[in-house]
Amino acid sequence: MVQNIIDVRNLSKSFNISSKEPGLKGTIKHFFRRQTKSLKIIKDISFEIKEGEIVGFLGANGAGKTTILKMLCGLIYPSSGSILVSGYLPFRRKENFLKNITLIMGQKQQLIWDLPPIESFYLNASIYDLDKFEAKKRIKKLSEMLEIDEELFIPVRKLSLGQRMKSELLAALIHEPNILFLDEPTLGLDINAQRNLRKFLQKYNKETNATICLTSHYMKDITSLCKRVICIQEGAISYDGNLDLLLKKLSPVKEILIVCRSEDDAIKLENSGFTVKNKIKNEITIKIENSSITSSLKTILNNFDIEDLFINEPPIDEIIGKVLIKKDYDI
Amino acid sequence: MLEYRVEIALWAISGIIPFFMLNIWTNNNLNESINISDVMLSRYFLCAFFVRQFSVVWVVFSFEEDSLMGKVSPYLIQPLNPFFRYFAQHLAEQLTRFPFALIIAFFFFIFNPESIWIPNFGILLLSIVSTFLSFLIQFLIQSIVACLCFWTEKASSIERLLFIPTLFLSGLLAPVVSFPDYVKSWIYLTPFPYLIDFPANLLSGNEANISGGLSMQILWIFLLFPLFKKIWSEGTKKYTAMGS
Repeated sequence: MVQNIIDVRNLSKSFNISSKEPGLKGTIKHFFRRQTKSLKIIKDISFEIKEGEIVGFLGANGAGKTTILKMLCGLIYPSSGSILVSGYLPFRRKENFLKNITLIMGQKQQLIWDLPPIESFYLNASIYDLDKFEAKKRIKKLSEMLEIDEELFIPVRKLSLGQRMKSELLAALIHEPNILFLDEPTLGLDINAQRNLRKFLQKYNKETNATICLTSHYMKDITSLCKRVICIQEGAISYDGNLDLLLKKLSPVKEILIVCRSEDDAIKLENSGFTVKNKIKNEITIKIENSSITSSLKTILNNFDIEDLFINEPPIDEIIGKVLIKKDYDI
Repeated sequence: MLEYRVEIALWAISGIIPFFMLNIWTNNNLNESINISDVMLSRYFLCAFFVRQFSVVWVVFSFEEDSLMGKVSPYLIQPLNPFFRYFAQHLAEQLTRFPFALIIAFFFFIFNPESIWIPNFGILLLSIVSTFLSFLIQFLIQSIVACLCFWTEKASSIERLLFIPTLFLSGLLAPVVSFPDYVKSWIYLTPFPYLIDFPANLLSGNEANISGGLSMQILWIFLLFPLFKKIWSEGTKKYTAMGS
């Protein structure tokens, strides 16, 4: 049986936020009587993650996804509740725990800016107690997986964003952690670089059985990597489960564009009881429930003279967007 | 690379306050009041320059910037206290500065040939140890102040306040021996005279209580280190990882 590697119970986090009115008056007022209020960013959430799972955290900006990741990796203290990651309390930052995890934040870098990435890799290798031989072996293996070579010897400041991100990944994975926390890892990367990074993460997960917790605003990252998603709305979990199930639930119908041989066939189809979205000459778009799609298509093909048909999946961004925007969306 | 070399050279030159002070002291014959000859005074200020070059600390500024920009976050989840990184940076920079400091000393001796002296090996070794201890004290003081970033975000302002006693009481502007007796007795209870005055006196061959000075330096390190550890452990609980 696969064990839980992350166990979160009734976790909450509050921050004290100060606010200031604009202008000189506001500044003077702020200086003498600073107004702060406590904001509960994470509200009593609970979940478990199994070893080897890839879980996507979805939520609008400010929903609390990154705060959850920061608490999971021990960067910030929870206000209440409990977290166990790999059997450790993360915020105690025990050496063995830190050697097991990594956190990658898009656009935030740990590489030394003026030196080639290889220098940072060897520095990290020393920090994680790897000898030079082992470090060399791992750098070779990871650089092959990430398809970087010459870039290792060029100062970081001269690298492109994609090359830098790959190097960041290598630096963050040199100690072969078995839990990866990735906060927007593809932020700012072009389509090819995003695809390569996703391929790499899939491969890493497959080869090492590492657990990956991921936040991303690019739905492609989520759909191609995560079977399970946790949706966060204003600090609370609104959905935790299978991504496909969520999509089916949120989008129970498919749109089918049917091109009939003649306009008469299109009129006949329009009046045959299907839900019609629109009709232009011999082209008609109907909506069919996912559960009856096979039988409905059989009926249409048997009874009407069809030239062509297209099944349109609603864009995932649009579906997930509904969850993220609408506070009381029923899922 | 040229920019970096120039930057390091300028940084070494920027530490020449002791030479300005030497000029003020000798032009106004101020050394007569404290019974130090011109030669010994010039050696003192040259040594003060050297001690300053190898004990200057800026960790509070680096940490404050990294903390506000969220750069500390990746370091915090590594099994090494981030201050070790800053410590290593300081040591590396000191080594880089060494040749530039030697060039400045070379020019100093050209203009002050009577000040040339060769300290004996034992004294030289003790001076190096004492300068390193001075660096440790300053590093610990600034690290403690830097940890206040977890509460105030602008810890460097507190460091600027500390710079005033450091400037006046460390021996950078005047040897501590020039202060009135009742002030001196208080100054020696603080860590400041052990930052520049003690190692500079030791190296230059001026009167120095070697065992007393070294003991005080070690004592201050033993007092400051647990304080740093405590404030670090409390501070990281307050860390909000802003900017990341």
